[in-house]
Amino acid sequence: MKVRAQIGKVLNLDKCIGCHTCSVTCKNVWTSRDGMEYAWFNNVETKPGIGYPKDWENQKRWNGGWDLRHGRLQPRMGGKWRLLAKIFANPDLPEIDDYYEPFTFDYANLQQAGESKAFPTARPRSLVSGQQMEKVVWGPNWEEILGGEFAGRSADYNFEGVQKEIYGEFENTFMMYLPRLCEHCLNPTCVAACPSGSIYKREEDGIVLIDQEKCRGWRMCVSGCPYKKIYFNWKTGKSEKCIFCYPRIEAGQPTVCSETCVGRIRYLGVMLYDADRIEEAASAENVEDLYQAQLDIFLDPNDPEVIAQARRDGVPENWLEAARHSPVWKMAMDWKVAFPLHPEYRTLPMVWYVPPLSPINAAASAGKIAARNGMPDVRSLRIPVKYLANLLTAGKEAPVVDALERMLAMRAYMRAKTVGGVVDEGIAREVGLTAAQIEDMYHVMAIANYEDRFVIPSGHREDAEDMFDERGGCGFSFGNGCSGGTSDANLFGAPPRKRLQTPSEVF
Amino acid sequence: MADFIHHLLFGIYPYVALAVLIVGSVIRYDREPYSWRAGSSQLLRRRQLIVGSVLFHLGVLMIFAGHLVGLLTPIALWDALGVPHGAKQLLAIVAGGVAGVMAIIGATLLIHRRFFDPRVRAASAFSDNLVILLLWAQLALGLSTIPVSMQHLDGHEMVKFMEWAQGVFTFRAGAADLIRDVAPVFKLHLFLGLTILLLFPFTRLVHMLSAPVRYIWRPGYQVVRSRKLSPRHG
Repeated sequence: MKVRAQIGKVLNLDKCIGCHTCSVTCKNVWTSRDGMEYAWFNNVETKPGIGYPKDWENQKRWNGGWDLRHGRLQPRMGGKWRLLAKIFANPDLPEIDDYYEPFTFDYANLQQAGESKAFPTARPRSLVSGQQMEKVVWGPNWEEILGGEFAGRSADYNFEGVQKEIYGEFENTFMMYLPRLCEHCLNPTCVAACPSGSIYKREEDGIVLIDQEKCRGWRMCVSGCPYKKIYFNWKTGKSEKCIFCYPRIEAGQPTVCSETCVGRIRYLGVMLYDADRIEEAASAENVEDLYQAQLDIFLDPNDPEVIAQARRDGVPENWLEAARHSPVWKMAMDWKVAFPLHPEYRTLPMVWYVPPLSPINAAASAGKIAARNGMPDVRSLRIPVKYLANLLTAGKEAPVVDALERMLAMRAYMRAKTVGGVVDEGIAREVGLTAAQIEDMYHVMAIANYEDRFVIPSGHREDAEDMFDERGGCGFSFGNGCSGGTSDANLFGAPPRKRLQTPSEVF
Repeated sequence: MADFIHHLLFGIYPYVALAVLIVGSVIRYDREPYSWRAGSSQLLRRRQLIVGSVLFHLGVLMIFAGHLVGLLTPIALWDALGVPHGAKQLLAIVAGGVAGVMAIIGATLLIHRRFFDPRVRAASAFSDNLVILLLWAQLALGLSTIPVSMQHLDGHEMVKFMEWAQGVFTFRAGAADLIRDVAPVFKLHLFLGLTILLLFPFTRLVHMLSAPVRYIWRPGYQVVRSRKLSPRHG
């Protein structure tokens, strides 16, 4: 057993209102730069839909994630030789149009156009070529709130095994939001696919980062990642990805997307896991077992044996303490209401999702399907259970059904308590929980106070660097020295350096 | 005057070019690691790149290996192996010809894409444009030496170039005199080749020094880094 700690994340889709605040704040902080206009480290998709980039979940097309070949794990793109053979031209790489061609509008024309009969217009202009675009044909969230015809959206991979035709009818339609970011996997394919060895997982907190100085732009990681959460910066020729706001995490603060989430759907907490069993868990024969296999390598932070081993493996005391209060542990392990996104990719993702409840479908509301204990059968909810299972448990429906029932039970229990004034232990027992657990669930998932959502131990930078050297440093920068990441080039094609300014020069 | 220019171009310029290549690459690797990349534009436009890039790279790699082995293997070694100079020249003409044609077709596709695709054109730096044009010209010059070589198949012209190249690397004085009377197309090919070496550290060409062969025997698949300081920091 080798104990490692990771900051895990849970998104409660039941409460996501699709406001995109997470995406916008993330963009403002991290990707409002040349070459990254098209990149959204965090984006929110409306499901069902093919998503961003187009059809990203279809690994038959993009070859992301892992394959089990003769019992051995191997990137779907192929083994090391096969992967290197793709280096001159990578057939598994999306084109920018699969994301969208970034654009701005000719706003100046509105102010400068001469007198004319027609109103002046602001036409779209490509941020890549600088040319005017005839028409904007795709965007990062083109399917927002079921935009576009069903025929296009129904190519959604999660409809596998679902009779999808009826969901195109107005009476049976359904939708949900899916905010997505880098999964900071336990078994990341991007790391495995990087020929330069520039992508790595941090031992202390599990954050997966790209060493920008070591990246050579071979772009294999873009294909390797099944979530398509690595973006190739076409201006600098380097790949970039969600950094899980590591400077904030190290300081004990939540990521920007979590901090600004107005629906309070995001949770951050420590998970302990057994690093020696990663390969075993990712190699489960049947994809439906991968969810359970991942649960099995998480370690109970209250187990004295785990605590002792964690101390031997160098996990700091404040991290162990945080692990005992982790909201991620509660939702994933105690209540089993959170699930990994597409475990069948075998990457063991660490951003988990609570499936959304939905209104009961038309047939049920017409009284054709009976309700139990005043609670509707989860199979009569508008979002098909099979659809959620394809998204979260590689198609295995039982865990999703259990989770939805527990969430319904929480509502029924709290309604009985606050409206009827009755504490109904029976409701809790029926879904395998105690009344105390349901109340805790309500506290964490419904009330969701800041300190319950974010239990983040601060990092130990004193172990990592000599702070005296950091004094007067320029913090986050691109390349050599305190460059601001501008795109003008020096002799070597590198951004010019800004001279370090002292505070007295600035003010 | 002609003597002086010949000596300047083939006696001194090689050392200038190699010195800039080595020192420039070291400085860039050390000071500007962020700028060290392959500079792929595949994301912006896939069309023409798949065929063009594969043909170009395979062809150029073969040519590169051919020049390295062909020029720098000591002549005595070829003789010891019993390879006649004429046979070696014929091999160079055939293999180099095939690889050269592959590479120049690839380069032509890549040039067309780089200069006529609005996205790729807008994203290209001056050095990107320059380097692909220079490489195309060098391939064309290299291929146009083939008809000249066909005039004398006994390999003695080729031996001159081998002696010159080995002379440069062994600091033999007067190496330039060995190639004084070769056809002008060879001289142009040599001059442009040296110029490409000179420009190497300032272009995307540096990515060839980072060819990721280490990946093949990198143990396992995963990379984990710890930020813990080494014990010397206490």
